[in-house]
Amino acid sequence: MNVHEYQGKEILKKYGVKIGEGIVADTPEQAVEAAKKLTELTGANIWVVKAQIHAGGRGKGKIKGTEYRGVMVAKSLDEVKQKAEQILGGTLITIQTGAEGKLVSKVLVAADVYYPGASQPKELYLSILLDRGTGQNVIIASTEGGMDIEEVAHNTPDKLFKEWVNPLVGLQAFQARKIAFKLGLAGNALKEMVTFITKIYRAYEESDAAMIEINPVLKTSDDQILAVDCKMSIDDNALYRHPDLAAYRDITEEDPLEVEAGESNLNYVKLDGNVGCMVNGAGLAMATMDVIKLSGGEPANFLDVGGGANAKTVEAGFRIILKDPNVKAILINIFGGIVRCDRVANGVVEAYKAIGNIPVPIIVRLQGTNAEEGVRIINESGLKVKSAVVLKDAAKLVSEAIS
Amino acid sequence: MSVLVNKNSKVIVQGFTGSEGSFHASQMLEYGTNVVGGVTPGKGGTQHLEQPVFNTVADAVKETGADVSIIFVPAAFAADAIMEAADAGIKVIICITEGIPVNDMIYAKKYVRAKAGVTLIGPNCPGVITPEEAKVGIMPGFIFKKGRVGIVSKSGTLTYEAADQIVKAGLGVSTAIGIGGDPIIGTSTKEAVELLMADNETDAIVMIGEIGGTYETDAARWIKETGNKKPVIGFIAGQTAPPGRRMGHAGAIIGGADDTAAAKMKVMRECGLHVVESPANIGDTVAKALGKVLA
Repeated sequence: MNVHEYQGKEILKKYGVKIGEGIVADTPEQAVEAAKKLTELTGANIWVVKAQIHAGGRGKGKIKGTEYRGVMVAKSLDEVKQKAEQILGGTLITIQTGAEGKLVSKVLVAADVYYPGASQPKELYLSILLDRGTGQNVIIASTEGGMDIEEVAHNTPDKLFKEWVNPLVGLQAFQARKIAFKLGLAGNALKEMVTFITKIYRAYEESDAAMIEINPVLKTSDDQILAVDCKMSIDDNALYRHPDLAAYRDITEEDPLEVEAGESNLNYVKLDGNVGCMVNGAGLAMATMDVIKLSGGEPANFLDVGGGANAKTVEAGFRIILKDPNVKAILINIFGGIVRCDRVANGVVEAYKAIGNIPVPIIVRLQGTNAEEGVRIINESGLKVKSAVVLKDAAKLVSEAIS
Repeated sequence: MSVLVNKNSKVIVQGFTGSEGSFHASQMLEYGTNVVGGVTPGKGGTQHLEQPVFNTVADAVKETGADVSIIFVPAAFAADAIMEAADAGIKVIICITEGIPVNDMIYAKKYVRAKAGVTLIGPNCPGVITPEEAKVGIMPGFIFKKGRVGIVSKSGTLTYEAADQIVKAGLGVSTAIGIGGDPIIGTSTKEAVELLMADNETDAIVMIGEIGGTYETDAARWIKETGNKKPVIGFIAGQTAPPGRRMGHAGAIIGGADDTAAAKMKVMRECGLHVVESPANIGDTVAKALGKVLA
């Protein structure tokens, strides 16, 4: 589950991580109040107004139909209001949102932290995530803050530092020091960075985060270390033990069809193709999408109905797939193990009748337990449903249906 | 000799009296698996499915000599169940449970790895089957006819699909290992392939992977380095999956350019594997690969 920047910063703050102070606002008026409060708190008289959406690239992204950026600097309270007006209610398109963009309903007003001082401010990079290969968490840091980290990894891998955390002893102070020195820090900034890393790792572990990325981490002109941005996601499987974090879920950020599917215990991901599919098992579902592609179509979705494919789940699946106007055919691929194919077939027939006239051809491939019985049920149903037993035949039928 | 489980395996079921555990334990018994008992804390001393129930895995091991455990314990307690099994001296731990927090698995995996000679399979997997000897999992046993093709797979139903095609091609399965689709699993693709490479009852290996991570490419490189001793037929599901979207399995998410299906298949091809583009052609490709070996 992804959380917004302002939510991530709230979590970090609870663990004592220093952040660039900010206040979230729903309206331009609230944004102005937020700016005033920040001035009281920090003395700042420059603010940054930041769109809150679940996607990166906001600073370079633009509000649809305008030249306004998703992150803008304001030098007066009037400008705060103006910028907030320009962002709120707009649709922000960034490299990560796709062409349709995302509606902005909240902005974070942050106190400017790039103030002049004894030394130059410096942008750094820090993230924590799971290294699947070693089965351990890894801290990744770089001197190249504010940049696309994939590019840094590709072009200047020597500027990227990694430190793996042994779960049996946890993060050690020497590891945090190692990173801080590699980042070229000294004096108070070095000390601050060691504390920053230690606290942020604790926040990561204790909130069951799946990823925290701070880009940039700022060394300020007075040698403080601050999280200026925060991208964070929480392990869905661990949300049951964090009701406070589960409350951060923002379903307006999710695809409505995916939310609906989730309510029916279906695992659905919307894609851009023309052939819908419904499958039991995630691996077979992906493989079925591949079959669709190789048959000349494009998958319209990923949909795993799980181990309990019955009339109810099949009907819910049908309804969700049919809401996508691009769907020209639907392939149902069930490998019956514990799930019996005759029951699935009855489910398909019942669901079909419940929905009424389905306007696109349906191909049902049933294999495994009671497959023959299932195929007989489909063929004798009188419905416009084609059946197959082996995957190759199903592929052929898909090909015919869309040509 | 088959791998991991065989007719001599003494299997206990953790989460024995729960609905999942009960259902699949009875299926395993029906298949002929040597299930010698189960564990449900607080129900020790009772009988379930005509088998003894124990409070702890240690008690079960002491009384039955069990060496294999299959876990159906709910996600919140499953990592603990894995560590309990390892501590009690179980040698092969097979965890079926789906949805275990990653943080819990980090500790459990490290704990299991610190014990010599213990293998963890899964979590979030269909289990392991050696046809006609032992089914320690949730797979439909009748699909797996005995033969000499080993299967390693991240996915459940795709394993059944592969087995079915192998059988329809006139061949059979030595042992099928479902390693699971989570970001952290006890046994990697490479380690499972290693077991089957060393098995004298396995002539060819089907390796089924997914987008995300580097398990399949690690395995492919190892297969090449060790001289491609047996034909390996590889498939990666998710050629059409977009980056950044999780496809059902927690581990099935494209993180960068290296873990797409195309990138993995390229490495597999370069390492001398028989790469299957369409999942409909797994059986044919195995038959062809073995035909070449035999000729």
